[in-house]
Amino acid sequence: MKLVVTFSRKRGREPVIAQVVRDTGVLINVERAQIDSHEGEALIEVPDEACQLVRERMEALGATTRRLDRTILYDRDECIDCGACISICPQDVFGFDEEWRLTVDEGRCVLCGKCELACPHRALSLQL
Amino acid sequence: MERTIDLINERIRDGNAVVVTAERMPDLVAELGEEGALAEVDVVTTGTFGAMCSSGVFLNFGHADPPIRMERVWLNDVEAYSGVAAVDAYLGATQQSETRRDQYGGAHVIEDLVRGHPVEMRASSRGTDCYPRRTIRTELGLADLNQAVMVNPRNAYQRYNAAVNTTDRVLHTYMGMLLPNHGNVTYSGAGVLNPISNDPSFRYIGSGVPIFLGGAEGMIIGEGTQHSPAGGFGTLMVSGDLKAMSPDYLRAATMHGYGVTLYLGLGVPIPVLDLETVRATAVTDADIQVDVVDYGVPSRARPALRKVSYAELRSGHVEIEGEEVATSPLSSFRMARQVASVLADRISSGGMTLALPTRSIDRTKTARPMRETAQGPRVREIMDRQSVAITGDEPVTVAARKLLKGETNHLVVLDSEGRLAGIVTTYDLSKAVLRPERARSVEDVMTRRVITTGPDEPVDIAAQKLQRNNISALPVVDADRRVVGMLTGTNLSRLIGRGRI
Repeated sequence: MKLVVTFSRKRGREPVIAQVVRDTGVLINVERAQIDSHEGEALIEVPDEACQLVRERMEALGATTRRLDRTILYDRDECIDCGACISICPQDVFGFDEEWRLTVDEGRCVLCGKCELACPHRALSLQL
Repeated sequence: MERTIDLINERIRDGNAVVVTAERMPDLVAELGEEGALAEVDVVTTGTFGAMCSSGVFLNFGHADPPIRMERVWLNDVEAYSGVAAVDAYLGATQQSETRRDQYGGAHVIEDLVRGHPVEMRASSRGTDCYPRRTIRTELGLADLNQAVMVNPRNAYQRYNAAVNTTDRVLHTYMGMLLPNHGNVTYSGAGVLNPISNDPSFRYIGSGVPIFLGGAEGMIIGEGTQHSPAGGFGTLMVSGDLKAMSPDYLRAATMHGYGVTLYLGLGVPIPVLDLETVRATAVTDADIQVDVVDYGVPSRARPALRKVSYAELRSGHVEIEGEEVATSPLSSFRMARQVASVLADRISSGGMTLALPTRSIDRTKTARPMRETAQGPRVREIMDRQSVAITGDEPVTVAARKLLKGETNHLVVLDSEGRLAGIVTTYDLSKAVLRPERARSVEDVMTRRVITTGPDEPVDIAAQKLQRNNISALPVVDADRRVVGMLTGTNLSRLIGRGRI
């Protein structure tokens, strides 16, 4: 399960993710993080069964969390199976099947957005 | 009995022709031998589906009342060339919309027309006695045009060099997104299915030969522009009736940072008349080699890092400088296969017969670079020959004094051998004033990764460096990294004043 966690810097610089890992014992995979002067946002992956627990603990520490059900939106009608997205993806989301048809492993996506720019046919867009 | 084109066409008309795609040929030859394959196969079909920028359509609108001699014409805000009589225009695929920029262009207008969508046409004229009208605006669909003929000056490249980027920033090119530090390799072309790669001697690919173009039956006009078969880069000029084309084989696209292009399906049938054709069409991906070219070098003569075959490129990874690097095709192999197999079906069902070239295509040519009679300005012509230098161990106060005295915003920092080691700007010194405890000597505040130019670099390239890095000056260094001058924004503005750019 992927969660988008938003921290407000107004609450200081508490290590929310580290705190939750220690408190709950759940191993959290931080896939992407963006922190600027007033706000921080992180994309994390947690085991499905621990999702509720992690969300509750994070919210108690002042962060807000949002479940991410979809990552990359793939428009099969626009795609011509060129594969321009394959080599620019840091997560190996894309590949070909035996028929040279594009395969999309959405679960691996960390929403970096590179493929959205690289697709010549606007077949890929981010769900944020 | 000797194989002739008439015999093959007779078999096609009778529905008895054996037609296979070029992808099948290597296996067939391995299985049956060359003689066996010759006896078995009548026609080999090829196919490719990729970005073909050099494409466009001639459109005839018919005459309005009162009539107009169109001098400028736009279709959905994309300008078409109308310097061809009164009501004809040529719409190029890469021409961009004046309002939607790279999100819409000639290729999109062409796709919209083929999809049956109406487009808005507007035109202007100065008005003449015979053509008094000055402006016109109307909505047109493909059916409203007398002719819509696709004429593509340069399609079906025999093969195309793969692309890599050795710089430390992302490049957005017509070869797609190239990650820094050779982070990926992109390539284009159908390899084993590529039309010219299956007839590199142009024995059966020539003027007048019927082809598959965008889903319609088209034809080869002759050699394409930039045709360079001596080096293995032949091209074709082709044409076809847009009204008979299908959006399945014609798709507009945008290469981010480059612009609009048209993805097009093109296939050429090759009659199997002799053993030489059998051998030529048995070509495999492993036989077709291209260079991996560094698009990080902003010059026509981009250096090649290595040679690579289509088989390696299509494996998904190639080795570049000791590292496994992921590859991306930009053309669709699935669609290339579909083009070749649909073409094969059309021929075997009697829907399309073959023809020998009415004129052959030159197989020895090499495309030349542009002759340039006036060289663009070089950095040495406009740079400041003086620069103010300092060494890294000097205190920041000395740097400040030098900046004031030299009336400059940039000091070049030299090492003990007099080579460029860094740069210090007034901005760096302002920071030093605010944090005096951390910044005592020049070394503490200077920028070490200096972006430089050379005296012979074209000014356009240097200007791009200034803009891209949001900096105001470039040290000009020679091959030994000795500073021979400075290039600043002020130098560039003087050039504009002189009308050189």
